[in-house]
Amino acid sequence: MNDVVHASPHALARRTSSQIMGLVMLALLPATLAGFWHFGWPAFCLWLVCIVACVLCEAICLQWSGRRVLPVLSDGSAALTGWLLALSLPPWAPWWLAVLGSAFAIVLAKQVFGGLGCNVFNPAMVGRTILLVSFPVQMTQWVSPLLLSQGTDLAQAISIGLSGAVPDAYTSASLLGHVKTELGRGIGLADAMQGVLPAGAWLGGRAGSLGETSSLLILLGGGFLVLKRVIGLRIPLGFMAGLCLPAAIAHALAPDAFLPPLAHLLSGGAMLGAFFIATDYVTSPSAPFGQWIFAVGAGLLTWLIRTWGGYPEGVGFAVLLMNAATPLLDMWARPRIFGRSLGGKALPARRARESVR
Amino acid sequence: MAHIVIPPIRRLLARWGVHPDARKYPAAGLASLDAGLPPQLVVSLSQQAGAPARPVVRVGDHVLRGALLAEASGAVSAPLHAPTSGTVIAIGDAPMAHPSGLPGAAITLRPDGLDQWGERIGHPYPITLSPEEIAGRVSAAGIVGMGGAAFPSALKLSLGKRSNIDTVILNGSECEPYLSCDDRLMQECAADIIEGARLILRATGATRLLVGIEDNKPEAINAMKIAAHPYPEVSVIRMPSRYPMGSERQLIHTLTGIEPPAGGRSADVGVVAHNVGTALAVYRALRHGEPLTERLVTVAGGAVTSPRNLRVRIGTPLSWLFAQCGGLRSVPARLVVGGPMMGVGVSDVDIPVGKGTSGVLALTPAEVGEREPAACIRCGSCVTACPVGLMPLEMAARINANELGKAEDIGLGDCLTCGACGFVCPSRIPLVQYFAHARGELRARDRDRQRLERVRQLTEARAERIERAAREKAEMHARRKAERAAAAEAQARAKEKAETEENPA
Repeated sequence: MNDVVHASPHALARRTSSQIMGLVMLALLPATLAGFWHFGWPAFCLWLVCIVACVLCEAICLQWSGRRVLPVLSDGSAALTGWLLALSLPPWAPWWLAVLGSAFAIVLAKQVFGGLGCNVFNPAMVGRTILLVSFPVQMTQWVSPLLLSQGTDLAQAISIGLSGAVPDAYTSASLLGHVKTELGRGIGLADAMQGVLPAGAWLGGRAGSLGETSSLLILLGGGFLVLKRVIGLRIPLGFMAGLCLPAAIAHALAPDAFLPPLAHLLSGGAMLGAFFIATDYVTSPSAPFGQWIFAVGAGLLTWLIRTWGGYPEGVGFAVLLMNAATPLLDMWARPRIFGRSLGGKALPARRARESVR
Repeated sequence: MAHIVIPPIRRLLARWGVHPDARKYPAAGLASLDAGLPPQLVVSLSQQAGAPARPVVRVGDHVLRGALLAEASGAVSAPLHAPTSGTVIAIGDAPMAHPSGLPGAAITLRPDGLDQWGERIGHPYPITLSPEEIAGRVSAAGIVGMGGAAFPSALKLSLGKRSNIDTVILNGSECEPYLSCDDRLMQECAADIIEGARLILRATGATRLLVGIEDNKPEAINAMKIAAHPYPEVSVIRMPSRYPMGSERQLIHTLTGIEPPAGGRSADVGVVAHNVGTALAVYRALRHGEPLTERLVTVAGGAVTSPRNLRVRIGTPLSWLFAQCGGLRSVPARLVVGGPMMGVGVSDVDIPVGKGTSGVLALTPAEVGEREPAACIRCGSCVTACPVGLMPLEMAARINANELGKAEDIGLGDCLTCGACGFVCPSRIPLVQYFAHARGELRARDRDRQRLERVRQLTEARAERIERAAREKAEMHARRKAERAAAAEAQARAKEKAETEENPA
């Protein structure tokens, strides 16, 4: 027996931070495997490069700032950031793009702010967005989905990863990018949508980022996280509502100019954003009301950027913008304290008998 | 018995709290045993909330069981009685269950083994006593809240007239894991508890008695329902099992739907809550004239060989309790007095049981689950868990930055220190420790500020006094001068007059 007197509580719930990270990775697994299946070995190499680069960057930063490296690395947050970054990159992106994105994500977005729990912006989204703004050509080079068997072998994958040169035969356009281009050319939505979506599109059989294409598998993973109580329903539901409601209204008013809500929801990074990006603990509010505002705001901004912005996809920008509002939301939208009004004044003393009658 | 059920909507809307592993068995399933008499009993002088009791015996005195050892001192205090017959062998410092780990004053008694009661004056029909008489006898019996707070019960009884109490709540929630002493008590002495609660009802002048019991104690609910059956004013209510359901304010809200205002007392809304153990002690004191000298204590934890509920004399050392339960089968990672969520971690097995000690736990490393704190990932589990609606992570961040005032602004003062936030924290951040530290620091600052203010007032008063004295002196001088001048003038005038009279024309 030691002589240190411990403070209460003397019992703890079993779940730890690294378990939470592990559960999130587990939930990402189906969509990631589907990405590998559809986009072949280059996608797997990209995923590996992102994770290794993120973990290395984190280790270097920790070493540099004189903190213990191994205990912090083992929380799994750096690997998760790398994983999410990989899922949001074009599946055949060159290796240097992945490394650069990882460095931005870990060093600039996370460690500069003080490491885990201190960052204001979602690291993976910072990485992706900087890449998107800096290397628009490489970041919008989509490939049409190919099954692993008929696609590339490992040697070919490595050569694609090293050079970043995607054979022309494989290139394709994402739904949102295609629609934006066609609408820009003055072609109506009905014509533009023709033949863009093959059967099985919602399981990943379409062009897009590595992990965002199989919307249904993402939904499956998200549902698993909700069941496991890792994430709440507020942020995913709020995000989807913020995206779908304006889309539904606009589509009802002008069906030829605005995409229907389901197309918005199931294309691009919307599902990934709703369940895995916007729900990031560190950069989203922790009180219920703030979470609603955050999520609806992110969904709404996504729709606005997709519809009127210069970029076809807006989940990353929308989440980053709402991340900036998170500290304010946490300060302003605090829960009501028991026995106090919303303003913080003590409630009037109500008598028992009056309430019974 | 009136049948009351908690409305489903109230259950649904209350989303606070945590569900720790109850771990009440095997102790909850076994009948309680008498722990017997240890070689010596250490009766702490400050085992009740408020002022420490003042000893009325001397070293060497022989006392019978129930004899007064120390009397209440001050408005909030309670007397202490001899837990058995024996000789007082010491009055002085002894190890105590206090967060500071410091010893406290106590009376040490060596039992003579006869366990002979002194004079007991009971009453065959205590319900016929006047409210004042009931409160007086409860006060004299040294009864304090037996759920852990150890607040003198008589004070809560006499609140009735001032605050117009209409509802008495009997707290049988026992929401802390491991503890099952209230559960056993309700199963074994349900009728006496209900009688005691009716005495409390009479003393406070209230008209209804709500017995709240968590739904993980079905046998206790049944026993209490049977005991309460003849009385229309008593209702036994099944409550959801959730920590901290036993917290007074949460209990009142769950049972009555009233939200007691922050900063006020439950009596403000006409409700007062007592523990089931307190009700039993009240009955014993009034019916049989027995002061509070023993209580039921849960001895549990993974390191205890055979966990059990024991009837323990006040002042029995923890080591004796463990010995009665077959000893410890492994080296405990932590010894806890009270429940695991709010109990006090102690390091000495000679610490004695007090009136408020509901449990004694010897926890294994696996049960404690101790780990080094990691960075806050802002998961918000603590926000969901907090029964008061605070944001523990934000408060901890402010305290970490030494911005205690800001932490207070966002509700530090409303914290119950129930430990639900620290329990769920996946990063193992000792949140309760943060809050306790911050409150202590704020209290110290407040004291300093008050002291400075007092010094400032005294200095100002002194300066003013000196100034006033100087002013008065100056005024007096001036007055004297003026008087002298006036006198001189009058004299001169008189002289002049006399001269004119002497020389007319």
